[in-house]
Amino acid sequence: MTGENHTSPAISSEVLAGAIQAATEEVLATMLALEAKAGQWTLERNTSGLSDGVVGLIGLAGRWAGTGMLSCSATLACKLSALLLMAEPEAEKGGVDGEVLDAMAEITNMIIGNVKNIVEEQLGPMGLSIPTVIYGRNFTTRSVSEGDWTVVRFGCGDEDLEVRVRLVPGREPHPVRHGFPPPQAVPV
Amino acid sequence: MPVDVLIVDDSAAIRKILQRVLRHAEIPLGQVHEAGDGLEALEKLKTEKVTLVLADINMPNMDGLQLLAQIKASAEWKHLPVIMVTTEGNQSKVLEAAQLGANGYVRKPFTADQIQHVLAHLI
Repeated sequence: MTGENHTSPAISSEVLAGAIQAATEEVLATMLALEAKAGQWTLERNTSGLSDGVVGLIGLAGRWAGTGMLSCSATLACKLSALLLMAEPEAEKGGVDGEVLDAMAEITNMIIGNVKNIVEEQLGPMGLSIPTVIYGRNFTTRSVSEGDWTVVRFGCGDEDLEVRVRLVPGREPHPVRHGFPPPQAVPV
Repeated sequence: MPVDVLIVDDSAAIRKILQRVLRHAEIPLGQVHEAGDGLEALEKLKTEKVTLVLADINMPNMDGLQLLAQIKASAEWKHLPVIMVTTEGNQSKVLEAAQLGANGYVRKPFTADQIQHVLAHLI
């Protein structure tokens, strides 16, 4: 990541990967009592297509902006939800339901929220959006932005949880154009 | 005297977890109410008896800091203890919560002990 045209200092991919690892391990250990093994971090240009599974997405905004994303199989999502809620895994009952999606949204929120807390020390304050969770089969995700994703995969038993973050310099706000009236809604 | 709690968080999972923590905490727990955002929380405060609020910060419609400001500005609710339970670790948010009158601040992820420790100081 570079910051030639930006007032905030950049952050290295290694530091970002460290933040992802620290945040994920803390959330999984504290809230799920789960010890996950982090693999070597990588840089990837595009997100990987998933044959099926659950994806949690959350936006980051500020002088640096981007997206945080969690992805895993439906089976692992059910297991993570059960651990978070101390309930029976839904996979044994019938699969991903609203409760599992809500749990994955909150896990995404906590992990990426804590990544934000760490990188804010270098990149300045950032806002966090409301998380979105997607569940399905045969879908691919794309983010309209240049720059690489910093990716860390965590082994959770036989399954992998993938956490990825992409941060790029945020858009400058449009300057005020004096002499032009503010836009008004046109009644329909 | 039983403690009637209002849990305010847009995550049903977190509301469920906090309910469980409260039930196992060493406090005289009364009724537990839930709200999904600050606006819903204000409506609950008008109709339900509440003696403690646990509130997230990042929520749609009305966030936790706006809710905190409304509670502390109200003649009826200003003495209600409010504990923020949030992923926000940004020092400016922590300071803002303190300046608005928050009675405690717990960062997610949290343990049951951390919640109980904050409750023990208030109750």
